[in-house]
Amino acid sequence: MKNIRNFCIIAHIDHGKSTLADRLLEYTKTLAEKDIQAQVLDNMDLERERGITIKSHAIQMNYNLHGEEYTLNLIDTPGHVDFSYEVSRSIAACEGALLIIDATQGIQAQTISNLYMAIEHDLEIIPVMNKMDMDNAMPEEVEDQIIDLLGCKPADIIRASGKTGMGVEEILHAIVERIPAPKGDPDAPLQCLIFDSVFNPFRGIIAYFKIVNGTMCKGDLVKFIATGKEYDADELGILKLDMVPKQCLSAGNVGYIISGIKTSKEVKVGDTITHVKRPATEAIDGFEEVKPMVFAGVYPIDTEDFEDLRAAIEKLQLNDASLTFEPESSVALGFGFRCGFLGMLHMEIVQERLDREFDMNVITTVPNVSYKVYTKKDELLEVHNPSGLPDIMAIDRIEEPYIRASIITKTDYIGQIMTLCLGKRGELIKQEYISGNRMELIFDMPLGEIVFDFYDKLKSISKGYASFDYHMNGYRPSKLIKLDILLNAEPVDALSSLIHVDNAVSLGRRMCEKLKELIPRQQFDIAIQAAIGAKIIARETIKAVRKDVTAKCYGGDISRKRKLLEKQKKGKKRMKQIGSVEVPQKAFLAVLKLD
Amino acid sequence: MSGIYIHIPFCKTKCSYCDFYSAVSAQYISALVDTIGRELKLRENYLPDKKIGTIYFGGGTPSLLEKKYFEQIFDTIYGLYQVDENAEITFEANPDDLTPAYLEGLRSLPFNRVSIGIQSFDDADLQRLNRRHTGAEALQAVKNAQQAGFDNISIDLIYGLPYQALQAWEKQLDTALGMGVQHISAYGLTYEEGTPIWKRRESREIQTVDDDTMTDMYRLLLDKTGKAGFKQYEISNFALQGCRSRHNSSYWKQIPYIGLGPSAHSFDGTSRQWNVNSIKEYISEISENRIPAEREELSLSEQYNDFVMVSLRTTDGLNVCELEARFGADFKRFCLQNIKTFIEAEKADYSDNVIRLNTDGFLVSDMIIAELMKV
Repeated sequence: MKNIRNFCIIAHIDHGKSTLADRLLEYTKTLAEKDIQAQVLDNMDLERERGITIKSHAIQMNYNLHGEEYTLNLIDTPGHVDFSYEVSRSIAACEGALLIIDATQGIQAQTISNLYMAIEHDLEIIPVMNKMDMDNAMPEEVEDQIIDLLGCKPADIIRASGKTGMGVEEILHAIVERIPAPKGDPDAPLQCLIFDSVFNPFRGIIAYFKIVNGTMCKGDLVKFIATGKEYDADELGILKLDMVPKQCLSAGNVGYIISGIKTSKEVKVGDTITHVKRPATEAIDGFEEVKPMVFAGVYPIDTEDFEDLRAAIEKLQLNDASLTFEPESSVALGFGFRCGFLGMLHMEIVQERLDREFDMNVITTVPNVSYKVYTKKDELLEVHNPSGLPDIMAIDRIEEPYIRASIITKTDYIGQIMTLCLGKRGELIKQEYISGNRMELIFDMPLGEIVFDFYDKLKSISKGYASFDYHMNGYRPSKLIKLDILLNAEPVDALSSLIHVDNAVSLGRRMCEKLKELIPRQQFDIAIQAAIGAKIIARETIKAVRKDVTAKCYGGDISRKRKLLEKQKKGKKRMKQIGSVEVPQKAFLAVLKLD
Repeated sequence: MSGIYIHIPFCKTKCSYCDFYSAVSAQYISALVDTIGRELKLRENYLPDKKIGTIYFGGGTPSLLEKKYFEQIFDTIYGLYQVDENAEITFEANPDDLTPAYLEGLRSLPFNRVSIGIQSFDDADLQRLNRRHTGAEALQAVKNAQQAGFDNISIDLIYGLPYQALQAWEKQLDTALGMGVQHISAYGLTYEEGTPIWKRRESREIQTVDDDTMTDMYRLLLDKTGKAGFKQYEISNFALQGCRSRHNSSYWKQIPYIGLGPSAHSFDGTSRQWNVNSIKEYISEISENRIPAEREELSLSEQYNDFVMVSLRTTDGLNVCELEARFGADFKRFCLQNIKTFIEAEKADYSDNVIRLNTDGFLVSDMIIAELMKV
């Protein structure tokens, strides 16, 4: 055990985590150069494209230093706010962390919050300044930021480049020399921390764990404490590029277990595995049930595809336990599902995976957070959907979830960011300089305001530089009303939203404007109205098409023109017919991208 | 009977609105004419039969060809096919090419129809379009053709030109209708992507005509041509009695045609193919006895879509019995189901088993046709 080092990497999106990880794997010959398909750790296409690791993985390296053989377990962490709980469990499985900061950009909000999490778990932090090969690197400035943040010495900071391989050896040395070996008693009752799981179509659910105490062997009867379920350890082993089965694994090591589990719901990140015969007296601290915070309706474009959609979502759920769903129906959209997501990114990912992996074309409705509605009879209802709101007369009060948000930005953008956050009903809790011209702002804000075009605005205001992180911070009473949208006088339930009363008129107006932009002109005029109850608060009209004609259609034009019109028809087929109006998919998410 | 189309891909200058394939250099004319002859022979069996009802030289600018080149091509055609004695044989011409001498020469060839690319009689318009003739030359060209004995003359006009007002278009129409031609094709200006005029629109260098004015111009066109005795037979085509373009009509009736020359399209009834867009490649491939063409086999739905598109653009309309005979009852039901809202909106009529778009329907015909398509 004294030769094991367990570490993770804390980095902001695009700060080069994956590339640097590849270099470590290469240097330790964990992977031959020919295996490198740029960024091995991100093995879903989607992850590679977005440049972020959505789900964490782990990989073991062997490294020889001064004649001693070391086992290095790199536990990858997801890089987005939606997955902060998973990050905390990965961190809890490590004794050390590489803090990777892009030398061209400096420290970002998410890095800080993950760093704090690592410090809370007593991890040894090894700061690494990456992208040193870039012309626009600002090592002195970024070094100051790191020193301010960690209170470390300049000599502790490793200068590296994932691109050129600079600093890789130094990093490996530091991992061995600075990060402590795991502690734990191989003879104590078994305690394994589950930090991730994946679904494999042939093997079922594979859980990744770190053994905190005890020893687990193939064939052992084990129990997952939180779920109370018992399994045989059919196979266990360590994670190289592929899974390598082992007979036994002991305290300090990281590995996987396959035990015939069919659904991801049975494997909860943060749960503890112990033996049935000689159980640990307690579970490892920090386990939480992950609860979805953002809800949206997901509907098939073609109502006939409802069952296919169900099958697709069920499959997705196999390796994404944080996705929840239940059937719901909409007057406008027919039958679909109310899905729960960890956050907005999670929602986008699910939508894209449905499209790419299952060829399911879906409409996602305006997302809502989960509201607590107290009735006058003092019942508590959890409302995930505007249509689930009880009659106004029956409501005593509504509470909405709040977050504590951290935003790090250059001081130049402070004014506009303040305006944005205050406009989103944010309450400034704290503002302080991190270094030079960078500030951290802490706001308490309603989560419901974040789901409406917050990220995009923050990004455009700060020219992409402000970084944002949040965690849940309880519920507060709120004045909410239901805003309806009508197309040619027919209410479209899928476009309704729950909104704070002060924002209703402005949101209604902007929604009408946006819908006018997004709904193509048709053969008759279309009236778009926003209403609160029976009161119309905004209106726009889309004028009918007056001219849509091809001038020339001779021998050479026919093929091209036909294809063009076929494409137009296909586009229309992807639209949803609501009453007499054809509405494109993107219109249902219109409120998310309001200017 | 089938049709033959020959593409002459040369132009002295490029018109600013045109996205057809053509080259400004004339250096390959002779080689190209030889190669067209070779292609004719190579593809001798392309058409279902040897009877030819129409021949059409389009471009580009066919009127750049000297008489001997036409003779050469006609010799090959007449050697390979049985050209009907009443065949319609057309060439497209630029007004400034139509000198009395040139026309006199062509009269001794089988030509019996000329289509003159006038576009506008207004010199400022013509300059913006980068045409090489003037309004006066356009008038003279028609006179010359008439004097040379052509009694089936068509002219092309474009409306909705930059800065054009409704009154200006009316003046154009009056001039056109006063010339004694038998056929008019009038096109609303289309800004084809990548053309110089499209770029000028993108950079807002020119003032475009709004949709409402375009619509008014179209209605004026219908009104004026109608009063002058012309009958509309397709969205953009108007003819005196008996003077419809038979060649172009065959496109809309889905009659097979063979297209020769670079970028020319062919249709054999169920598949379409088109030659490469390059004079050099065309010449070198054919010299190796290869046809440099891309081909698409049309599925039943695509054939139906083709049929819907071309028939609804004509005043003869879409014959539902023919539709059923060719594609079956399901397609017929689908078509009738989808046209319903347009009949209710008074953009289309359905009587005697024929669906016809009216003027309001023609104005939004792309929308209607797309709606009727099966994808």
